[in-house]
Amino acid sequence: MHFNLTDEQRALSDMVQRFLSQEYASDARRKILRSPEGWSREIWGKLGEMGLMALQVPEEQGGMAPATVETLLTMGAMGKALVVEPYLSSAVIGTALVRGLGTPAQRDALLPAMATGERIAVPAHGEAGSRHDLSRVATTARRGGAGWILDGRKAVVLHAPAADLLLVTARTAGAGDAQAGLSVFVVPATAPGVKLIPYPTIDGQRGADVVLSGVELPADALLGQEGQAFEGISAAFDLGVAALCAEAVGVLQATLDATTEYTRTRKQFGVPIARFQALQHRMADMLMHVEQARSMSYLAAMHASSTDVKERRRMVSAAKVTVGQACRYVGQQAVQLHGGMGVTDELAVSHCFKRLLAIELSLGDTDHHLERFITESK
Amino acid sequence: MDLTFTEEERRFRDEVRAFLEASLPAAMRHRLLEGLHVPPEDTVAWQRILFRKGWGGPSWATEFGGTGWDPVRQFIFEEECAAAGTPRLLPFGLKMVGPVIQRFGNAAQHARFLPRILSGEDWWCQGYSEPESGSDLASLRTLAVRQGDHYLVTGQKTWITLAQHADWIFCLVRTDRTGKAQAGISFLLIDMKSPGVEVRPITMLDGGHEVNEVWFEDVRVPVENLVGEENKGWTYAKFLLGHERANIAGIGGSKRELIRLKRIAAEERKHGRPLSEDPFFAARLAQVEIDLMALEITNLRVLSAEAEKRAPGPEASLLKIKGTEIQQALTELMVQAVGPYALPFRIEALQDGFAGPPVGPEYAAPLAATYCNMRKTSIYGGSNEIQKNIISQMILGL
Repeated sequence: MHFNLTDEQRALSDMVQRFLSQEYASDARRKILRSPEGWSREIWGKLGEMGLMALQVPEEQGGMAPATVETLLTMGAMGKALVVEPYLSSAVIGTALVRGLGTPAQRDALLPAMATGERIAVPAHGEAGSRHDLSRVATTARRGGAGWILDGRKAVVLHAPAADLLLVTARTAGAGDAQAGLSVFVVPATAPGVKLIPYPTIDGQRGADVVLSGVELPADALLGQEGQAFEGISAAFDLGVAALCAEAVGVLQATLDATTEYTRTRKQFGVPIARFQALQHRMADMLMHVEQARSMSYLAAMHASSTDVKERRRMVSAAKVTVGQACRYVGQQAVQLHGGMGVTDELAVSHCFKRLLAIELSLGDTDHHLERFITESK
Repeated sequence: MDLTFTEEERRFRDEVRAFLEASLPAAMRHRLLEGLHVPPEDTVAWQRILFRKGWGGPSWATEFGGTGWDPVRQFIFEEECAAAGTPRLLPFGLKMVGPVIQRFGNAAQHARFLPRILSGEDWWCQGYSEPESGSDLASLRTLAVRQGDHYLVTGQKTWITLAQHADWIFCLVRTDRTGKAQAGISFLLIDMKSPGVEVRPITMLDGGHEVNEVWFEDVRVPVENLVGEENKGWTYAKFLLGHERANIAGIGGSKRELIRLKRIAAEERKHGRPLSEDPFFAARLAQVEIDLMALEITNLRVLSAEAEKRAPGPEASLLKIKGTEIQQALTELMVQAVGPYALPFRIEALQDGFAGPPVGPEYAAPLAATYCNMRKTSIYGGSNEIQKNIISQMILGL
């Protein structure tokens, strides 16, 4: 067992961190958040040039999958910088969906452009009634027109406004939360019948509700086999959870660093407030949360591509529980220890706090993964 | 021991409830209960409605135009108001500067300021904190120099809640830089329209504009606006801090939010069943409900001791800590309850009458912003860490 990085991995991590610290500093990020699109194509293009979108793309389509550790390092760096570009949605989950479900022809058609970042494809999966259940899908796809006709509504599709393609889960058979009968369709965001209701999210990212009204698709829009998508979806989302955990660790570390730095410089009663033991112990607790979360993010990354599905789910859920609890504690205490400054928009800590909240709620909240861990442990 | 309210107290509650039923405008109620933006006009209008009823000063003695209610009646009134969804009464006039003026002000100040607080004509704000003086308030540096019949005030206050609407600000200012920090502070009333006063907004993490910096540059303040004696301001400030007791725990508001949380949990679905039936969520909700039950009784014990004229003590710190923890826990559970629909953040959807396309259930729209906003409660009014210092020192004698 070892936790060492190869020279190449260290170089990649350094490169990403250096780029983001130069081009994605606080002011630059604020400008991006305030822009009409809410993300930067320029930054996205440069991240693509670094090869980061290729990490989960197979070699046959011009990528380097499975680059598990590289993905972990990239997500951590993006967490530290609070990157809002659609990396997790397109380069991790979207890419894993196409890789896992697509036929060789579909992979050839879609992945090369995703590997460079030229094409952005995001999952449109969750619905109003599904909460965090992956198999509870009501959107339907029926045969008709030249192939398929989709109807339904997708809730809180992150980065949908940035996407060229939506990877829409729809039911071709079954009902309720049946795993059988789920299919994924490649839907151009501009297809007739697709309507986006876009909005910012609490953490400054962008999302949309996606309304699908009689969307006609060609036969080959179906990704892989009809009705057999559940396991591919589950695998792609577990990889997404592992990546999200890695991002969380980056945010958590940045949040803790900001807090120790602030308490060292903020003086009250004639001394830096970091001298007060009550606050020292609080920051020690924050550190323990960060380190436990980091450990679990490694565990999740190492099991995210495991062929033992039960074990994969169990490990990924355990990680998300630990990370979710860390997000809650570290985020809240960081704001608290910053005092009034912590609840302003001015300091980075409030932006970290909001991202930590969003991470905790995304891809299954703490209770969801606690329950799944119990189920998969039986 | 009897944990029930007396017959008269129950009749009083019925009277309050009937009044609120008849007098609280439906639109105001809707905005508050749904967590929408509450415009300042609502706050003023509600104060005027209460004033016309003779209830403008629920915690004031009758000699100052108040109701003369005892602490238990004040508690009942606040609880009923919270349950009904009234706009919050501004504490800055009624619970802060009002009692200070009553206790330490002169007759001219009584006549000039108190009636206009009751009637809602004057909006007050509180100028205490400074950038370098938060928890260590006594280190404040805003300077007031006496020049004949006025003071010249220069300095910067911060975290001034709703100063953008205020007519007046009560300030702690430094009038003596020699000796102990606490001994050189005075309590000054400043007209916000005075030349040299500038309000600068602070944007909060939920995007809202609730607090401000207030800058003073050579602001002339007439000497008659000094409350009590020069350099005794710290004593008055401590009196003020100790005065806002009846509702520091926010029991009524938390009960209202608990009901809202239960309503949301009954609407939301997990695995196709009501979220309220999910054992994980139900356990978390029950825990908060139990904490709130305990705090309500603790609060009533403190009030009852106060009513018996036993000195109201540092128990207020306990009420503040637990009260804010419960308020925050309720906002956390509401965010959790709505799942992914907590994430969309549409500021425009928080305005009453928003007509854009709906995203998720209507009740979900303000929840994440409220969760973020409520982090302030464990920081303001003496951070919970400072409150724990008070408990350690004043109750435990450590």
